[in-house]
Amino acid sequence: MGRNRVVVYPDWCKGCGICAAFCPKKVFAVGQDGKARVVNEEACVNCGFCEPHCPDFAVLVIPGETDQTPCPSETAQDPADQTAAKEVKP
Amino acid sequence: MAEITQLIHQYLRHNKKFPLVFCPGCGHGIVLGSLVRSVHALGLAKDDVVIVAGIGCSGRIAAYVDFNTVHTTHGRALTVATGIKMANPKLTVIAVMGDGDAFSIGGNHLIHAARRNIGVTALVLNNFIYGMTGGQCSSTTPEGAYSHTCPQGQLESAFDIVELTRAAGAAGVSRGTVYHVKELDALMAEAISRPGFNLVEALTPCFTQYGRGNGFKSAVEMFKWLKSSCLPVERYEKLEDRTGKLPIGTFVRRDVDGLETRWANMRQALAAKKGGAA
Ligand SMILES: Cc1ncc(C[n+]2csc(CCOP(=O)(O)OP(=O)(O)O)c2C)c(N)n1
Ligand code: SF4
Ligand code: SF4
Ligand code: SF4
Repeated sequence: MGRNRVVVYPDWCKGCGICAAFCPKKVFAVGQDGKARVVNEEACVNCGFCEPHCPDFAVLVIPGETDQTPCPSETAQDPADQTAAKEVKP
Repeated sequence: MAEITQLIHQYLRHNKKFPLVFCPGCGHGIVLGSLVRSVHALGLAKDDVVIVAGIGCSGRIAAYVDFNTVHTTHGRALTVATGIKMANPKLTVIAVMGDGDAFSIGGNHLIHAARRNIGVTALVLNNFIYGMTGGQCSSTTPEGAYSHTCPQGQLESAFDIVELTRAAGAAGVSRGTVYHVKELDALMAEAISRPGFNLVEALTPCFTQYGRGNGFKSAVEMFKWLKSSCLPVERYEKLEDRTGKLPIGTFVRRDVDGLETRWANMRQALAAKKGGAA
């Protein structure tokens, strides 16, 4: 299996920090704009914590590189934006 | 795991305003997810599920899910749920209530729903406070805790929801937390499947109204507290020192028919008698 993809939808994220606090691999950080971002995607082990624990359904983990299942949410973020967000230091 | 978030989207009403109305880190959104996953796991059709909500932040859950939904008045969700179940026993009826809703203003309805064993699932989102109206104490606010209506600390003792519902005669009683969310999913599915009245207490942090006044620095701290203080009832019972600990799991499993079934049986028996006599 390839690398896991982790996506945060900023429109729905409220920056509560649950994902950042509990992810065993420190994949997330909450930025100064009050939104979580993915800062360490490579480390994700698809442990299953973040998706059901995000109170706002704002995290998506796509296991493996090949599985590019799009999110049905209309506010779903373009994966390209995610890369851009990564470059901003939290 | 992607299916978890995607599954939720299949059940949300996308014409509603998102994100959810709840405060950042409010556990209610996690309970909403758990409710959806448990219904999905049981393979129930959306049209066969009815969510009856009371008033409170917790009651807002009904607005977001694409089941049959009724938003009732404060404390009265179980009365409406009882009517729906009696009128159409084939429906799966779930009453979603806050602790104030279910045990303060609606406490009397709750004990009688349990005594009658109407085949309804009561999902009680216990955040120990009245969230929506600004942080007044509820009947589950722990002794000594701060609220706007007991600024020197709660003098009254809190209801133990599990023991109260057990004593009232419910078929099933369980407690879970939004931190232990996979277990909560399973508790919900079990409760929905069991005949008779089943109650699931979901402990869900309200940092805005409860946590802030009670020494928690953030919503995350409240999740850490749930993580460290709640443990499965089997392990809890073996503890020598239970101070500050809370058991989670299923506490009551009784084999009873729901009131709607007993009523149908009675009608059938009466019809047979009438038929026989004619
Ligand atoms: C008959 C009636 N009395 C009082 C209110 C005001 N009220 C609205 S919500 C609420 C309490 C909410 O607390 P809870 O049920 O615990 O739900 P939460 O908001 O914490 O989820 C109260 C007292 C009302 N709407 N109707
Ligand atoms: S748990 Fe969800 S809402 Fe909270 S910071 Fe993470 S992505 Fe945002
Ligand atoms: S699945 Fe687990 S490891 Fe991956 S981002 Fe989520 S919490 Fe972190
Ligand atoms: S007031 Fe409390 S219960 Fe209501 S949305 Fe905010 S955190 Fe949740």
